[in-house]
Amino acid sequence: MPSPIRLRKGLDIKLKGKAEKILLPEIAVTRFGVRFADFEGLTAKPVVKEGDTVKAGTTLFYDKSFPEIKYASPVSGVVKEVVRGDKRFLLEVVIDQEGNEKEIFGAAADPLSLTREQVKVRMLESGLWPVMRQRPYHIVARPSGSPKAIFISAFDTAPLAPDIDFIMANTHGNHLQTGISALTRLTDGKVHLSFDSAGSRVAEVNNLKNVEVHSFTGPHPAGNVGVQIHHIDPVSKGDVVWYIDIQDVVALGRLFATGVYDRERIIALAGEGVLHPKYHRIKPGASVSGILKGNLAEGKFRVISGNILTGKTIGPEGSLGFYDNTVSVIPEGDYSEFFGWALPGFDKFSYWKTFMSKLLPRKEYTLDTNVHGGQRAFVMTGHYEKVLPMDIYPIQLVKAILAEDVELMENLGIYEVAEEDFALCEYIDPSKSEIQEIIRKGINLMIKEMN
Amino acid sequence: MNFLLKKIMKMRPLFEKGGRFEKFHSVFDGFETFIFVPETVTRKGSHVRDHMDMKRTMTVVIIALLPALIFGAWNVGLQHTRAFGLEGWGTFQMFWFGFLKILPLIIVSYGVGLGIEFIAAQMRGHQINEGFLVTGMLIPLIMPVDVPLWMLALSTAFAVIIGKEVFGGTGMNILNPALTARAFLFFSYPGWMTGDKVWIEGLTKGGGLDGFSGATPLALAKLDEFQKMPSAMDMFLGTIPGSVGETSVVAILIGALFLIITGVGSFRIMLSMTLGALGMGLLLNLTGSNEYTQLPAYYHLIMGGFAFGAVFMATDPVSAAQTNTGKWIYGALTGIMVVIIRVFNPAYPEGTMLAILLMNVFAPLIDHYVVNANIRRRLKRIKTT
Repeated sequence: MPSPIRLRKGLDIKLKGKAEKILLPEIAVTRFGVRFADFEGLTAKPVVKEGDTVKAGTTLFYDKSFPEIKYASPVSGVVKEVVRGDKRFLLEVVIDQEGNEKEIFGAAADPLSLTREQVKVRMLESGLWPVMRQRPYHIVARPSGSPKAIFISAFDTAPLAPDIDFIMANTHGNHLQTGISALTRLTDGKVHLSFDSAGSRVAEVNNLKNVEVHSFTGPHPAGNVGVQIHHIDPVSKGDVVWYIDIQDVVALGRLFATGVYDRERIIALAGEGVLHPKYHRIKPGASVSGILKGNLAEGKFRVISGNILTGKTIGPEGSLGFYDNTVSVIPEGDYSEFFGWALPGFDKFSYWKTFMSKLLPRKEYTLDTNVHGGQRAFVMTGHYEKVLPMDIYPIQLVKAILAEDVELMENLGIYEVAEEDFALCEYIDPSKSEIQEIIRKGINLMIKEMN
Repeated sequence: MNFLLKKIMKMRPLFEKGGRFEKFHSVFDGFETFIFVPETVTRKGSHVRDHMDMKRTMTVVIIALLPALIFGAWNVGLQHTRAFGLEGWGTFQMFWFGFLKILPLIIVSYGVGLGIEFIAAQMRGHQINEGFLVTGMLIPLIMPVDVPLWMLALSTAFAVIIGKEVFGGTGMNILNPALTARAFLFFSYPGWMTGDKVWIEGLTKGGGLDGFSGATPLALAKLDEFQKMPSAMDMFLGTIPGSVGETSVVAILIGALFLIITGVGSFRIMLSMTLGALGMGLLLNLTGSNEYTQLPAYYHLIMGGFAFGAVFMATDPVSAAQTNTGKWIYGALTGIMVVIIRVFNPAYPEGTMLAILLMNVFAPLIDHYVVNANIRRRLKRIKTT
C-alpha cells in the first residue's frame, strides 16, 4: 500500500449535530422531484408532461446541447407538475410516487465483457449517465471521447459529512466492484480511488480490482475529488478527467448486474436543527419531509441539501439533491449582534486567531447563516492559500475571472477547479466576497469561450 | 440593547432610498453596523461565514498599535522635560502631557480622513470602508509631535483622496496611504519634517536649554556626529527624539507579536525586511570606508522608523506583495533599500518611508513574476506528459 498523500492546508469546521452512526430504513414519501439547477450548464428539454405515468428510469428530460444525455425519474409514479419560475425558467419535475415499476435496460452482464460503446449506451439510455462528471468545468461528463482517468473519492471531509466507510458497510448488494469494472471500460487510463488513510475499510478497499488506490490524510477539503485529482494526476489544458461519487459507482454496478435504474443511497441527516441526527436510506429526489417529520428542533432553521459550504437551501419539503449525501439543518442567523465584531468570541468558531475560542477550544460549535459583516474589497492576503491544498493562487484566479481575462484564467488553473474547492476561501474571507459564485462565472465563461 | 436596536430600526427607513436623509445613508449604515453586526444572512455559496470581518481585522491592527501609542505619549513628555530642563515630573505626568499633545493629532487625522471616506462612500453608494481606522491611527504616529494641525489635515486629505480614493478606495490603492501622507508633508514642508526641533513638543517656539539638541539619531549620523548618538539601549527602548510612535522598538515588537499570532500581519515581510537591512548593513561594514558604513549593522534596526515601518507599514496587505514568495522578496528589498538610502543619500536622513513607498510600486511586479512561475509550472506539465 502506498504511503498516504499528506495535505496540510485546509480547515475542519467543528459543528454541533454530527450524525450518530445509526442507520434508519427508508421512510416512504410521495413527493419526488428532480431539480434542474442540480446540473450546471444544463439546457433541459422536458419530454414528460403533467399526468404522464413514469417508471424508475423513464426519461424525464434531456440536454438540448447533448441530446444523448438523459435524466431519469428516480421512482415510478405520475408526473405531478413541471415547475417553472420567472420567464418559464425550468425549476423542477415533481413526481407523485406510486407503485414500484422499473424500466429494464438490458440483461445482467459483466461490464468487462462489454465494449466501451455498450457500456456508454446502457448508462445513457438508463439516465444514469449524469452521475458522471468531468473536469474541466465540473459539469455532467460529455459522453463523446474518453477521459485520461476516472476518479472516485471514498471519503468526505466536509462539515457534518457522513462517514463513507459506514455507508459502504451498509450498502445493499455487492455492486461496487461491478461498477468499477464498468468504469474501466470508459477510459484508456486508470481508475483511481482515494480513501481516508484513517478509514475503517482499508482492507476492503485494497481488495478491489482494476483500480489504483490512494490514501489521503488532512483536513477538509482533502475529500474533494478535485483536490485529489490535483495531487494524483492534475488536469492540464486539453485534458479531461471524469469522476463519480462512490455510492453512484454502486448504482452503476447495480445497473449492469440487474438492469435497473436504482440510486438508493445512504445520507447523513445532521446539524443542530435536527433532533435525532442519524443516517437514512433514501433515494435522490425524495422529499426530505419524510426524514424531517417530527425531527426538527424548535426555532428558525435552514434546511440544506448537501453540506453547509456548498449545498442548496431546499426548505423542509424540498427534494434531496441529485449528488448530495448530506442534509444539513442549521440555525438561521437573521439577528443583529451588539458590537458583534468586537466581542472576545469564546463560543465563536473561526479560522482566524483573533477569537478567544482559539485559546480555549471547544469540541463543537454552533454556526449560523449570518454573514457576520459587510462586503468589502479584497484586503487580506496569504490566508486563502492556507485553506486550498492546491498549487493555485486563489485570489489571483478570482481577480482574473473578475477581469474576464480568459488567457490568465487558463494559465492560473481554471480547468482544475470547481466552486466547491473554493468554499473554504469563501468561508474564511473577512471581505465576505461571493467567491464560489465568481468561480462558477469563470468556469461558465470558459465553456462559452471554448465552444 | 433591544431598546437601541428598536430605535435604529425605526430610523432606518429615513435613510433608505426615498427617505428624508437618503444622502446620509452610508454614514447611517456605518454607525449602525458599527453598533450592531447586521442581520444579513447568506444567500449564495457557503451557508456559513466566519465571524471575522473587516472591522475586526482593523481592530486587531489598532490594538497592536496601542503599545507604541502609549509609549509615544510618555516619550513626548519625557523629551519635553529633557529639552526644557524640567525636573520632578512623574511617569504619569509625562504620559498625560504627551497624550494631550497627541490627541489633537489623532482627532484631526480621523476627522479629516473619515469625513472624506464618508463622502466617498456615499458618492459611490458603498458601505464605509474600515481601512481608514488603521490609517487614521498610523498617521499621527509617524508625524513629528509639533507638526501644525493644518498641515496634518492637508496631508491626510491628500493621502485619502490622491493616495486611495482615486484608485477606488481601500483594497485598490497602490501606495500605503499613511506613508503617502508623510511623504506629502516631507516634500511640501521639509522644514517641519526634518531638523532638530520638530521632534520635541514646544522646541520650535524656542526656549529649550542651551546646548540641547533634539536631533534624531539618524540626523546625527547624517551629520557625522556619531559621538552624540544615544546608546543602543536607549534607541531600543525608545527614549530618544523621533516621530511620535516610531521610537520604541520594544513597544513595536509587542505589537508585532500580536499581529503575527493573530495572523493579521505578515511575519514574512517583517522578518525578510529585517534580514534585508541587517544583510545590507553587514555588507557595508565589510566594504565601507566612512564612519556611517562602519556603524554596527543592527543599529539600522533600532534607529528611526525602521521597526515601525517593518511592522505596520510594509505589511499593509493591500500595498505589499500578495504572494508568499513575493513577500519574502518584497521585504528583503525594502530592508536593503532602507539602508542604502540612509547611508548613501546625501539629502534624506531617513530611508524607511521612501524605501517602502518605492517597493509598494514594485510589489505588483514582484507578484507578477512569482505568479508567472506558477504558470510556467502548469505549462511544463503539458510538455512532460
